[in-house]
Order: sequence, then structure tokens, then C-alpha cells
Amino acid sequence: MTTGTNVSRKMAGTAALLALAAVLPLAVTEPSQQNFLILILMGAQMGVAWNIVGGYAGQVSLGHAVFYGIGAYTSTMLLLTLGLTPWIGALAGGLVAAAFALAMGWPCFRLKGHYFAMATIAVAEIMQILVTNSDALEGAVGLYLPMDQSGWGVLIFLSKLPYYYVILGLLVLTVLVSWAIERSHIGYYFRAIKDEPEAARALGVSLTRYKLIALTVSAFLTAMGGSFYAQKEMFIDPGSVFAGTISIKIALIAILGGVGRLTGPVLGAVILITIEEYSRTLFGSTGSGTDMIIYAAMIILVAVFSPSGVLGLLGDLRRHLPGAKPAEVETSAKEIRP
Amino acid sequence: MNTAPLLAVDGLGKAFDGLVANRDISFVVHHGEIIGLIGPNGAGKTTLFNCLAGFHTPTTGRIAFEGHDITGSTPESAAALGIARTFQIVRVFQSMTALENVMVGAMLRNKRVSEARERAEDELAFVGLSHRADTPASDLTVSEQKRLEVARALATEPKLILLDEVMAGLNPTEVREASALVHRIHQRGIASIIVEHVMEGIMPIAHRMLVLDYGAKIADGTPAEIAENPAVIAAYLGE
Repeated sequence: MTTGTNVSRKMAGTAALLALAAVLPLAVTEPSQQNFLILILMGAQMGVAWNIVGGYAGQVSLGHAVFYGIGAYTSTMLLLTLGLTPWIGALAGGLVAAAFALAMGWPCFRLKGHYFAMATIAVAEIMQILVTNSDALEGAVGLYLPMDQSGWGVLIFLSKLPYYYVILGLLVLTVLVSWAIERSHIGYYFRAIKDEPEAARALGVSLTRYKLIALTVSAFLTAMGGSFYAQKEMFIDPGSVFAGTISIKIALIAILGGVGRLTGPVLGAVILITIEEYSRTLFGSTGSGTDMIIYAAMIILVAVFSPSGVLGLLGDLRRHLPGAKPAEVETSAKEIRP
Repeated sequence: MNTAPLLAVDGLGKAFDGLVANRDISFVVHHGEIIGLIGPNGAGKTTLFNCLAGFHTPTTGRIAFEGHDITGSTPESAAALGIARTFQIVRVFQSMTALENVMVGAMLRNKRVSEARERAEDELAFVGLSHRADTPASDLTVSEQKRLEVARALATEPKLILLDEVMAGLNPTEVREASALVHRIHQRGIASIIVEHVMEGIMPIAHRMLVLDYGAKIADGTPAEIAENPAVIAAYLGE
């Protein structure tokens, strides 16, 4: 059995990657470049969170902005009205999003496949309209975070560096949760539900219960990402956190990298955010809407050439490379063996 | 101790929008019994399975398992009570290895991954697939996938297993192996109901045969009695 050495190799790789991420800002000191790194980590975090329900459990949500927005608005409102620290505000946002996920999943999971995806779009769109028309949440005007405060208590910083480490920590947390699920019976049940729901039921797996677990955990983590967004941008409005484009972006990051694998969304974030940022500098303000063009092109490319994402593509290449060991077939299944 | 039979089906009927797939079917299954369920195509065998395993809600009649009414229960509660099944068209979890497929079954009784793995290894050995444990299920032959489904069902620790055409498409050697497997399941004290068209596979091992035709039970007896039953011969060969 080579699985033992595989795992220790994987652990060493993860540790090296983490160490690299921790010291990277020492080399990259330009604020705009640090911002770019933060955007990648934010994308990776939302992709890993989406992957729990959309990847492992195979329930494709195209409305994850609803959780992102709930997270952003909950922590911001708690900070503005009660002066509550965003550390607790983000947890509260996660809980509100999780409760919302339960309420939304109950009826939506009666729908299967594309119909479920369409229902999630509808829920997110309705939510955006409701918030836009809510006086209590300042409607379309949006919410500003206090500009006169800073520090770890209010989680507002003048430099980019602290934000970098906060989002790195949140990404690590999200990956750890995802990893724990993958290794537990829940992860096996998710994959069973994705592959053959009827067979899973025959083995005693409650589809509703486990789909709800997937959506709720995913919603909680996505909402925390939304809270971070609010802290970093110091301004939120319905268009920036509840928009359909956010939902698409969250799903696309995971799909592009490779769904159902832990590292897929991280890779997807690196690729997507890089392209997005370069196109932004290239086209400038005349290019508003180019992000949608890029997303569309990405979806077509992934669907046509590699439904298993870039990771799947790399796996295929490795198998077809001369000298590759045929027995070393990289399956997602193999990666989770301890 | 067990005064009630393992399974008692009473007047079971199932109609789909007026199409009657099962009508007034009654029979009992005792602990550890091997029951062969045969009948021409479209006789309602798979519909009956789906009713027993909780996939269909019967239109009429009732199903009792160990004396408890389970009519209209869900597949997951049927599995929890001890009714396991395989599928006529195999439904293995394609993205998982053979071992992981069986682990999902074992997790019904034990959620600890390491213990589910041990249990699954035992069941894979029982059906003779140990050497394929780490093979992706999608790479197995159909015959192996059928045995994998049996191992997966057994891992749920059932009292009754419903086997839907596990011998179809097998060569004579494989049919003998499948018959031997069913016999070993019986030796573990697990009752089985086997839908089968392969008579040479089912007739030697079944304790009792049920024959369906046009959704109704037309015969119930030992394999020898069934083979000479005029109604059965008529159903298969025509009047």
C-alpha cells in the first residue's frame, strides 16, 4: 500500500504551500499586488465553500450570492447598530445564512438537477430585490462601514497586509471543514447522493437530511466570506454582494478548477481571478461587463473540453504522458484514503 | 421467539395511472428462506420489489416486516429495518472504488469510517471481490458490478435481501458462482427474494417459488411443484 506515503507527501505539500502563503506578502509589498493576492484567496474561499454542496454532494447552486450577501449585511448591520465586533458578527452572519439555507433547501431540494439550480437563482434574485427595497438596510444606497475606526477589534485596517492574513485564515478554516467532511461518513454519503441517489436511499441514506447538511455548512462558510468582503471594501450594496454575477463566479471558480476535489476551487480561483484582474487593467472602465463575457467563455470551454475542470485535465495529461504508471489512476476517490 | 413471519404481504396492489402492475398479491417469507420470484416480462416483479423496498407506495394491501406494518415506508427506513436490495440495472457509485461503495452500505450501522472499511473488506471478500477493492467501480465488469451491489446490500446487515436479476447476462460458470453466493447468504440466516429469468440458477437453490403473471400471483410452491404447474406452463409457453 502506497497510501501512507501518499498522505504524508500530501501533508508535506500542504504545509509547504501554507508556509509559502504566509511569507508571500514579504516579497509582494506593492498594495495593489497584495490586493490581487487577497482577491485570489477570497475567490478560493468561496469556491471551496461552494464545492461542499455543489461539488461533493452534486447539488449545483447558482444562487450562492444570497448567503454571501446575508453574511455581509448581517455583520455590517450588527457593527453599525450595536457596535458588535465583526469577529462575532461574521459568526452571526454564518448562522443566519445557515438558517436561511435550511428554510430554502427544504422546498428547493424537492427539485432535482437543473430545476434545483433554477430555484436557487430565483431565491437569490428575490433576495436582491427585497434588500434593494428595504429601508432598514438602506436599500440601493448601501451601507458604509465606519471610516474613523481601525484595528483588530473592528477588523478594519489601513494597510492590506492584515486583510491578507485574515482571509488566509478563513480559507484555511474553510479547507479544514471541507477536509473533515470529505473524510467522514458525510463525505461518502455526499458522493453517493451525487452518483446514484436512488441507490444511496436503498442503503439508508436520507437524501433530504444530507443535502440540507451540505447546503447549510456551505452557506455558513460562504456568509463568512461575505462578511470579510464588507470589512475589506468598507461598503456594501445589493449589487455588490447579492448580484447574480457573484453566484456565477462562486460556482465557476469550483467548476473551473475541478468539482468534488479539495484543491480544485483553489486552482480555479488562481486562474479566474488572474484573468479577471488582467482584463480589468486591459479594458479599464470601458470594459464593464467584460467579466460576464469571461465567465461565459470559461463555462463554454469547461463544458466542451473538460467537464472535470483543470484538475481533471491535468489528470488526463498525466495518464497519457509516456512513462506514467497506469496503475496510478488519480481519482478523487483515491485522494481521500487515509 | 419469532412468531410473526419475517415478511407478510397481504393483498398488495399497485397501479400507475390506471395501469395495474400488481394486483392482490399475498405471500409470506420466513427467516432465512430463499424465494424465487419469476414471471414473464412485464409481470410486475420489479414493481413488487419497489413496493417492498419502499420505492413505491402500494395502492392497496399491506406489507408487514417482523409483525410491524411498513406499508408506504421510505427506502431509507426500509433499509434501516433490515430490507436491502440490488437494482436490475446496476447502480454502483461510479466515482468511488469498489471498497468505498461497500463502505457506504456499512455506514448504515456504523458511521465510523475505519470500522465501516473493515466491515466492507469482509463483505467484498464474501462476494469474492477483494482483489478489486481499490478499483474504481466504473472499471468493473457488469458481472463484478452486480456482485458489488450484493456486497453493498449485505453491508447494511439486512434480514431480507431483494436480488433483482443478479444472474442475467452471466456465463454458466458465473451462474453457478452466483447460486453458491445466494446459498452462502442463506447460511448467514438472511432471507432472500430473487427475481430471476435464469431458471438453472434459481431452481436448484430456491426453497419456494412465486410466479407472477399480468401483475397477479398465479403460483406459489416448491420449484418441483412450479415446474409442473399448468398455469405456470401456460404463462410461459402460451395456451
